[in-house]
Amino acid sequence: MSSVAPAAEPVGPARTSGLSATFEHVRYVLGENRVTAFAFGLLVIILFAAIFGPYIVPYDPLASDTAAALKPPSAAHWFGTDQLGRDIFSRVIVATRLDAFIAVASVALVFLMGGLAGIAAGYFGGWTDRIVGRIADTIMAFPLFVLAMGIVAALGNTVQNIIIATAIVNFPLYARVARAEANVRRNAGFVQAARLSGNGEMRILLMHILPNIMPIMIVQMSLTMGYAILNAAGLSFIGLGVRPPTAEWGIMVAEGATFMVSGEWWIALFPGLALMIAVFCFNLLGDGLRDIVDPQRRT
Amino acid sequence: MTAQPLLDVHDLTVEFTTRRGIVKAVQHVNISVAKGETLGIVGESGSGKSVTSYAVMRILDRAGRIADGSVMFSGIDVKAASENEMRDLRGREISMIFQNPRAALNPIRKVGDQIEDVLRQHVQSAASDRGEKAIEALEQVKIARPRERYHAYPFELSGGMCQRVVIALALACNPQLLIADEPTTGLDVTTQKAVMDLIVELTKRRHMSTILITHDLGLAAAYCDRVVVMEKGRVVETAKSANIFARPEHAYTKKLMRATPRLGVSLRDLLPEEEVLASPRTPAVMAGLDPAIHHSSEGSSKAMDPRVKPAGDETKSPLLLVEKLVKEYPRQGAGAVLSKLFSRKPPVEAEVFRAVDGISFTVGHGESVGLVGESGCGKSTTSMMVMRLLDQTSGRIAFDGEEIGAILPQAFARLPLRKSIQMVFQDPTDSLNPRFTAARAIADPLLQLGDVKGRDALRARCEKLAGLVGLPVDLLDRFPHQLSGGQKARVGIARAIALHPKLVILDEPTAALDVSVQAVVLNLLQDLKASMGMSYLFVSHDLNVVRLLCDRVIVMRAGRIVEQGPSERVLGDPQDAYTKELLTAIPHPPLPVH
Repeated sequence: MSSVAPAAEPVGPARTSGLSATFEHVRYVLGENRVTAFAFGLLVIILFAAIFGPYIVPYDPLASDTAAALKPPSAAHWFGTDQLGRDIFSRVIVATRLDAFIAVASVALVFLMGGLAGIAAGYFGGWTDRIVGRIADTIMAFPLFVLAMGIVAALGNTVQNIIIATAIVNFPLYARVARAEANVRRNAGFVQAARLSGNGEMRILLMHILPNIMPIMIVQMSLTMGYAILNAAGLSFIGLGVRPPTAEWGIMVAEGATFMVSGEWWIALFPGLALMIAVFCFNLLGDGLRDIVDPQRRT
Repeated sequence: MTAQPLLDVHDLTVEFTTRRGIVKAVQHVNISVAKGETLGIVGESGSGKSVTSYAVMRILDRAGRIADGSVMFSGIDVKAASENEMRDLRGREISMIFQNPRAALNPIRKVGDQIEDVLRQHVQSAASDRGEKAIEALEQVKIARPRERYHAYPFELSGGMCQRVVIALALACNPQLLIADEPTTGLDVTTQKAVMDLIVELTKRRHMSTILITHDLGLAAAYCDRVVVMEKGRVVETAKSANIFARPEHAYTKKLMRATPRLGVSLRDLLPEEEVLASPRTPAVMAGLDPAIHHSSEGSSKAMDPRVKPAGDETKSPLLLVEKLVKEYPRQGAGAVLSKLFSRKPPVEAEVFRAVDGISFTVGHGESVGLVGESGCGKSTTSMMVMRLLDQTSGRIAFDGEEIGAILPQAFARLPLRKSIQMVFQDPTDSLNPRFTAARAIADPLLQLGDVKGRDALRARCEKLAGLVGLPVDLLDRFPHQLSGGQKARVGIARAIALHPKLVILDEPTAALDVSVQAVVLNLLQDLKASMGMSYLFVSHDLNVVRLLCDRVIVMRAGRIVEQGPSERVLGDPQDAYTKELLTAIPHPPLPVH
């Protein structure tokens, strides 16, 4: 645009208004990075299905119709029907809400537990660090999925417990990332300056260090979101977790798996596909999200 | 230029493709370097001096490209050369010394191995005697005990040592041209002198050409044959270094020369002429200040009368009294750790390192005291302890009659006294929270310790403070990375004076700034001190700056005070050998002819 030397003065007007500048920035990032734009497109579809799914599907996801059982995909039933004659398309769409909820809730929970514990460990060091570190090590010592199975089996077979189990399994990932990031910043100039301004240690932690770590935590959350969905579906698949007849991708794959041999491939394929797309979407999203959230990236 | 120059840069334009379109970092630059010549490229940050040298080496970022012009190096067209040819050229024919020696060395490899790598890369020697050659290279850069240093890792060496190793690396293959990009920035003056002397000596002996890129006119004057002055990507003046100081022609060169702190000038002299003439600065500051004082004096019971006599209120006790202050750190060598692990015996007594070794000094009301010394002398540790960010081992610190040495740093943050001692940090970038806007950063102390209530009042205070430090109000909503270095420094100062402190510790507040910005910031600090009646403890290694700003100077070395007294006396007629050494190491630009 202008031909001034790069470091002379920051070019461009000050942010005219926060919202429009943010919008402009998001558009720029998406325009630059097609993969991110694609992932965002997928995310919009997933969110749409999660919010409006139950109102737009053509059939009741729980209504069985034995006359129409095990029908292959057709114009009436886009994804075919299962052994009880339920419409798989409707079930896949409706299941989005439950799966997305489990993923979001467990990620939020693990962010609160692991993220905060990790930041405290990195910032305070000493005993806090040792305790958080050993907890993380202990969790890491188990095969993660087996640990999740154990927790759900012990606590009981509910959605709530799936969320807790998934969160605990992800704890070390968050604690370690947050610890490393906080540790780098604990003696930064702006932290010292915050002390001079009379901020207490807790306040520095939450108001000064946490916002600086958010970009990297958001990437982490996006990546574990995919894992959380897989974990929940996996638990349901082996019979721990959500129970039939609830529509959930994991159970649907589990139910369909038995029919694969007899040629009814559609029962397992479509929920599996939905699962894959969701995980894929969240994994792609990570880097793009960081670009959007980090103010350093908007020049 | 009679003979064919070694390097001929003709009409060079370098473009960077950025999000906001194409930025021309360097435009139509003509530079030539003759064989055996030392050329200085001087300019402030963003002037394109580094980009020019990167273009010569063809190590520009991916976003950058040589858009126009030509670069000829001893008959080779650098612009057209293949990447293979360039790789051969770099290191063997042209080599480079970077600004940060520590970053330029691989931290996990021995320095000797790193020198050998270069030799191997350019097939300069047989494998058998490579080790000897590397030791020889270390010897040439005057590293003591080169045979031992060969096995040292970069972190075991001091900054000056590291830079010597980098020089050894750069010269290992006997290149024809050496590009030194701010080789001594961040080094102490005495080290700077030693390193520069070394570079000049080695290059002269080998008849090499050198390009010295620096922001320091004094340095360029002292060591270069010719100087090129760059501004905003263009060359504004090229001349013999003796001439350029005697008769600067371009307005920008004059401005740069004016702004360089030197002997026999006052702070005001550093500002560009037009600004001094049209500078009713102090009254403006006073006018802007008055309401600010009203606000803050409501909060504190003690009278903070701005009209307190600056300097010398001898009847009263000093504002800050430091007595026999000591800070010890446990020495953590590998041996100590091992003995801790494997033996039950308590470690030997002398396993401590005294960073600050029993120093005593005072700072009077309205006085500014310079704390001077080289890196590692304990001046920063001292300021941290006075600031109550660090606990001392022993000794007492009294502030305005109150013993603050006994208060733990963690507890001090919430005390009302916290308001009275504030600090301006060395690195303006590092000391601002990247996620806070300028306004939020300035408001932080007000929110925590101030008595300003409500968003609008807070905003008004921030704008007032911004006015005081000369920061345009429309910049208040920007994030630190959207501000220039000088603007960030102003935000830092505004934050420090927001609570109307009595003592401000300035930790090299201008070290990261360009000279012209430094001149403005120093004047600003002086004005603020005069109008607000603050005391300054100015921590610095730059004696020229200290001379200008401080009434009294304390010279520290290895944790002890070697000399203290009025600035004029200490810096004009130093008694201690170390002070003398410091003073002679400063590169002095010749005085401009009036």
